[in-house]
Amino acid sequence: MLKYICRRLLHMIPVVIIMSICIFGIMKMAPGDGVGYNLSPKATPEQKVAERKRLGYDRPVYEQYLRWVGRTVQGDLGDSSIYKQPVSRIIRPFIWNSFKLNVVCFLFSYLISIPLGIICAVKQYSKWDNFWSVFSTFGISMPGFFFALLLIYLFSVKIPLFPINGMQTPGLNASGMTAALDQLNHMVLPAIVIVIGGLAGLLRYTRTSMLEVIKQDYIRTARSKGLKEKVVIYKHAFRNALIPIITMIGFEIPALFSGFVILETIFLWPGIGKILMDAIYRRDYNLVMALNLFFATLTLLGNLLADIGYAAVDPRIKVE
Amino acid sequence: MKIEIKKPTLSALQEDKEAVIGPWKMIWIRLRENKMALTGLIIMGVIIFISVFAPFLTPYDPYQYDFGITFQAPSMKHWLGTDEMGRDYLTRILYGGRISMQVGLFSVTVAIGLGALIGGISGYYGGWIDNILMRVGEVISSLPFMPFAITISAVLGARVKEEHKLYLIMIIIGTLSWPGLARLIRGQILSLREQEFMQAATALGISDRKKIVKHLLPNTYGYLIVNATLGMAGAIMSESALSFLGLGVAPPVPTWGNLILYARDMYTLMYRPWLWVPPGICIFLAVLSINLIGDALRDAVDPKSNR
Repeated sequence: MLKYICRRLLHMIPVVIIMSICIFGIMKMAPGDGVGYNLSPKATPEQKVAERKRLGYDRPVYEQYLRWVGRTVQGDLGDSSIYKQPVSRIIRPFIWNSFKLNVVCFLFSYLISIPLGIICAVKQYSKWDNFWSVFSTFGISMPGFFFALLLIYLFSVKIPLFPINGMQTPGLNASGMTAALDQLNHMVLPAIVIVIGGLAGLLRYTRTSMLEVIKQDYIRTARSKGLKEKVVIYKHAFRNALIPIITMIGFEIPALFSGFVILETIFLWPGIGKILMDAIYRRDYNLVMALNLFFATLTLLGNLLADIGYAAVDPRIKVE
Repeated sequence: MKIEIKKPTLSALQEDKEAVIGPWKMIWIRLRENKMALTGLIIMGVIIFISVFAPFLTPYDPYQYDFGITFQAPSMKHWLGTDEMGRDYLTRILYGGRISMQVGLFSVTVAIGLGALIGGISGYYGGWIDNILMRVGEVISSLPFMPFAITISAVLGARVKEEHKLYLIMIIIGTLSWPGLARLIRGQILSLREQEFMQAATALGISDRKKIVKHLLPNTYGYLIVNATLGMAGAIMSESALSFLGLGVAPPVPTWGNLILYARDMYTLMYRPWLWVPPGICIFLAVLSINLIGDALRDAVDPKSNR
């Protein structure tokens, strides 16, 4: 197992290198550079040249790339031009805000979709099963941003049940329970969009994995032993159907720290997705680069965890 | 006496031992028996009809502004009202459908082309070529789609003329969505190339290019078609999301995505729902119909699947 993990890690090295070149290359193609941000608009050409030299922009591209990699590895992601502070310090609270929203959505998606998926599999082709399969197709086909706007229109504007956007009621000086409840209230609408959007995939996944288990011989054996249907399904089949689902949960964990760019922008949720949009609109390239790197690292980490999880469950899997 | 004329169903055709059903006919029959797929086909047909014949369906021009009639509510003359420049909104939606469908179609063509080609080469040659191509694919699939598409569109979009942004979006969506398909095709080719008909092809001295394009890839058409259909739904969705953020197709060219942009103005969101609900419903219906067709196709092509 340890050997497998080591080989899998080695496997990742070229991927990480190509990826860093891609991200760096794309940001280098951006129009303009960060020279003007620390200078007054009246800076002389000499001052500009000096600033370019200070930032290393006069060096050849590959040298700039190596310097960037060197700094990044040491945890120095450069300064954000919006906040005039090191990027690594700025993004922390935003990651935390996204994390809060993600955890709530994560819990609800699994709590809803696992039981639903199991029931759909047990009653395959029943009305119940068909209803949820149609529902999940609708869920996949609904553009998240339009659904979000509809919810805001219906439940914030027409029937003012929930706040339109933001994470806290402005001017609310509460702490403890009141503040937490206030945040939860702000979470309801974005959470509905995220949960319904993700439900379809999870539902199908649970349903398929349960169907595969139900077809196995040992389930027939359990039935022919005269066990009650409930015991067969919920004791024998359910446990085995959970294995692939738990593996998937494992690889979703890194994604908890990631953010939903469009939804956070619509609901003005101060998370890591919204900050990416702000950074793009205001051309804060260090921040954009750092965020893309962060998102990509999370995905790589997720893939790694998933592979290790599958290998742990199925000993036949090896790295070629 | 009433004579019933039945269309041949799958079971009837299978009983009739003499009937020869080709794979395409088989897929078509399976599709026809699926109510969901039929619904999808009908919705898609209507959307395609409206998009193609947009100029004949409306007396207005989508770019013709008239500042005397801005922001009018729906009326008999303008069914969905007018926008901030007095353009007929329904006309904008009809023409928007054209652009949205085009972007979807072209992005998917790029993705399928790259996926089939790279998967084919990778699977056929193996070795270091396969290694490099698959690593590149892995990199692209590790880049989270939305954040990265937004970044590229913002960075490169500044260097491209407004009217060419359409093509940029197609290329971005296409080049970011091929790796999944390439891996699938590679897997298929790996097993196909060991089969006897490939030995025959080698013995006949057919060139590698012909072997891949004419003998190997046609055996993966089922996957390609399913992938193209579901990919089209994804591409339409991505285009609309990018345009909604102002990083996709730029106005005045209308697309369903950038028409919803009106909703980002709080007043329009609250008091002029006709300016943002209809394009949203259009995107939903288009994506839904394609997904319905795609799901049915997947089952028709691969009978082993669980549905």
